[in-house]
Amino acid sequence: MRLIFEKSRKGRRAVTFEPLDVPPACLPEELRRKKAATLPEVGEFDVVRHFTHLSRRNFGLDSHFYPLGSCTMKYNPKVAETVAAEPGFAALHPHLSSEEAYAAACQGALGLVHELERILAEVGGMRAACLQPMAGAHGELAGALLIAAYHRDRGNTGKRVILVPDSAHGTNPASAAMAGFDVVEIPSTPAGLVDVEKFRAAMNENVAGVMLTCPNTHGLFEPDVAEIAAMAHAVDALLYYDGANLNAIVGKCRPGDLGFDVMHFNLHKTFATPHGMGGPGSGAIAVGEKLLDYLPGPRVVERDGAFALETPPKSIGRMAPFFGNFLIGVRAYAYLRHYGGDGLPAVAENAVLNANYVLARLRGAYQPAFAGTCMHECVLTAAAQAAKGARALDIAKALLDRGCHAPTVYFPLTVKECLMIEPTETESLETLDAFCADMLEIAQLVDESPETLRAAPVTLPVSRLDEVKAAKDLNCASLG
Amino acid sequence: MSWIPVTDEDRREMLAAIGVDSVDDLFAVIPESLRMRGWDVPPGLSEMALRAHLSAMAGRNRTDLVCFLGGGYYDHFIPAAVDALTSRSEFYTAYTPYQPEAAQGTLQSIYEYQSALCRLTDLECANASLYDGGTAVFEAATMACRITRRSRIVVDASLNPSWRVMLSTHAANLPMEIVEGTDPENAACVIVQNPSFLGDLKDFTRLAEDCHAAGALLIMAFNPVSLGMVKTPGAMGADIAVAEGQGLGLPLGFGGPYLGMLAARKEHIRKMPGRIAGETVDKEGRRGFVLTLQAREQHIRREKANSNICSNQALCALRTLAHLSLLGPEGLREVAEACHAKAEYLKARLADFVQMLNVGPTFNEFAARLPLPAGDAAALLLERGFLAGLPLAALDAGGPNDLLIAVTEKRTRAELDAFADALKEICDAAHL
Repeated sequence: MRLIFEKSRKGRRAVTFEPLDVPPACLPEELRRKKAATLPEVGEFDVVRHFTHLSRRNFGLDSHFYPLGSCTMKYNPKVAETVAAEPGFAALHPHLSSEEAYAAACQGALGLVHELERILAEVGGMRAACLQPMAGAHGELAGALLIAAYHRDRGNTGKRVILVPDSAHGTNPASAAMAGFDVVEIPSTPAGLVDVEKFRAAMNENVAGVMLTCPNTHGLFEPDVAEIAAMAHAVDALLYYDGANLNAIVGKCRPGDLGFDVMHFNLHKTFATPHGMGGPGSGAIAVGEKLLDYLPGPRVVERDGAFALETPPKSIGRMAPFFGNFLIGVRAYAYLRHYGGDGLPAVAENAVLNANYVLARLRGAYQPAFAGTCMHECVLTAAAQAAKGARALDIAKALLDRGCHAPTVYFPLTVKECLMIEPTETESLETLDAFCADMLEIAQLVDESPETLRAAPVTLPVSRLDEVKAAKDLNCASLG
Repeated sequence: MSWIPVTDEDRREMLAAIGVDSVDDLFAVIPESLRMRGWDVPPGLSEMALRAHLSAMAGRNRTDLVCFLGGGYYDHFIPAAVDALTSRSEFYTAYTPYQPEAAQGTLQSIYEYQSALCRLTDLECANASLYDGGTAVFEAATMACRITRRSRIVVDASLNPSWRVMLSTHAANLPMEIVEGTDPENAACVIVQNPSFLGDLKDFTRLAEDCHAAGALLIMAFNPVSLGMVKTPGAMGADIAVAEGQGLGLPLGFGGPYLGMLAARKEHIRKMPGRIAGETVDKEGRRGFVLTLQAREQHIRREKANSNICSNQALCALRTLAHLSLLGPEGLREVAEACHAKAEYLKARLADFVQMLNVGPTFNEFAARLPLPAGDAAALLLERGFLAGLPLAALDAGGPNDLLIAVTEKRTRAELDAFADALKEICDAAHL
């Protein structure tokens, strides 16, 4: 499809403004832009049609089933969009919170931050939450910085290491490294769990923290989580809970009760705010007693019946200029208040039910990577199919042709030809059955004519794209 | 529950297929002692009750005020088509484009956004967006360290003080030394902001030359709206340009989501953080787009990655692209000129009775020293329906009487006059 820049016609325009009602003003010549930016010159209808056409070249969750593992693509409730568009939230200037004189003008928003942080802390089994981090990985970084500040404050300068299982999301080691730590990887057992003996061997006085996802990215709950926590705490190492898979246990158990000291929530996963093609998300964090004083500030507190701001005594500083992606917080708050404390456990129950149903239906055609029941996602290996000439990627592309987004492929790295499927609780039995039928039909095709899968996709605006060429003949911008 | 479609009958059928008796059996792996023991989360609300509750909360915030508050985040006009297009669920409910054939809408829009940002800044490459202006400053600083293999970050006083704090917070545990000033000697980079946080416009061309002579990079934070008329970071010789993109089509939203912009010279593209979309072809030779140079990223290189960033702000970047497409070069110039002219008009009116703190030219924002504490003036003006500006003491960016005042294209001459009259009354009263 042509670029918006290629639809440009000199002199055409969309938006016009009122004539200037004050005298024009001039900048000194040396500070002026010499030549106007070559932005598109197009009419409003050109813009509307261009982006409408682009949108139709996308699989969105509202139009396509999205069984992505570890990504939790569940229905984005429309009421959340409606309430986030309230002018009282959307048009509110953030610096109202910077000045005491303005506090009275933003009590509703400060109140929402306060109550959402309180509910998140409760859901996490933690002491307090903070909305500042702007994405899950940003929350991980915040958590690692809190762990660093805690040890620095106690004079434990030798604590330079963070332990991360080999099945962890790539953001875990990257976040730990960005917080200045050395990363030591802990291997998984063949059963897909943290190897407790190897974990014990790696644990020593130099360990500052441990980052765990539970259930892990193999879709399995770590049964030894309490023992792992005890081993870490014995050397004053802190436990970080990666909230990416919280959807599986929300309302069933809480990271704080499992022994974790700090965690993040992916509001876009567990609390169904839209993924937005990769963002904006939100990575609110929550902490237990040990890290309370180090939280980023300022924080909203309730004082004499009004909401005000206060910075914790040993605050690490600021992860965001204000309250993170506030309007994402409004959506998550709407989600939490709709389900309420009584309704939330149903989320995990139905997410786990749906995942195990898909596992049961597919286990005859694809090899489960691990034995037994799974939590909210099931991990299969297409190694047998690959041996017959159709790899996990080919299966993924064949699903696209059938109007279904592909599962997560080749992650976790610990599983060969990995297909990781997370149906979520918001999909109906009919949708799951249709997906399973597609998967079974594809498995049959692998047996009969694997070459047809290697040609997929054939129904989309483009067929398989040359990724090598994109990197080799790098073209990342049309410069005009 | 409204958003869970599984019926009791479905559940029975599914449990039978799985071969267990109850849903509880699926949670047997969680040790009994670790199960939930009650919590204090309020009971659920119907959609009707929920909307009433949130409307009431929104109603406790004042959005009836004539806004002169800026400080890096501005009350600009947003064309209706921006909301309409970005509300299409094919955009907002889509995932990161890891399956490019099913995400050409996302990928082409990212490529176009990168192109628009390059054209705006006069630089050759850009990433597909970061969280906000402050994180963009931090990512640019670490990028400069990777490029120069140095660790000294020199920060000019012109930088937004909140971003300065964010930089220190993010870098707290890294081998990175952050110092004030503009001396590029042994530095990885010098970070400046144009216009400065207090509104001053400068030409940093000489500083860019000095930086390059010393082997350092110049990182320039810019106001994207200003680039409708102001000399660009690229033209001044900046190596990396970063910005808060909020002013280009994003609502103020009490702090976010916002948009971190980052553009750079092409030779630095492999050291950039975040997502990059690139053009390529499919098997039939048709043009298409993919995420490229992924070997820099966390999902491949893990702890050796350029950054831990894996999501971006793609929907916010799309808003910016739609906004810039609707404005076009002429529209952006008109918005910039209107902001500047109206700010100059107000500045001239206020100069009669308050002390102006900017010595040189400004764009859309300026600082004034009032004859009374700025917070007191702000409170009095609030009563008269004005959001006066940012008292600078609140951010440790000025004295108790200093107020930062911003003007956008949305302010009318009548509002500017009324604000000047109201402030004059308050200042006159303070003199008595």
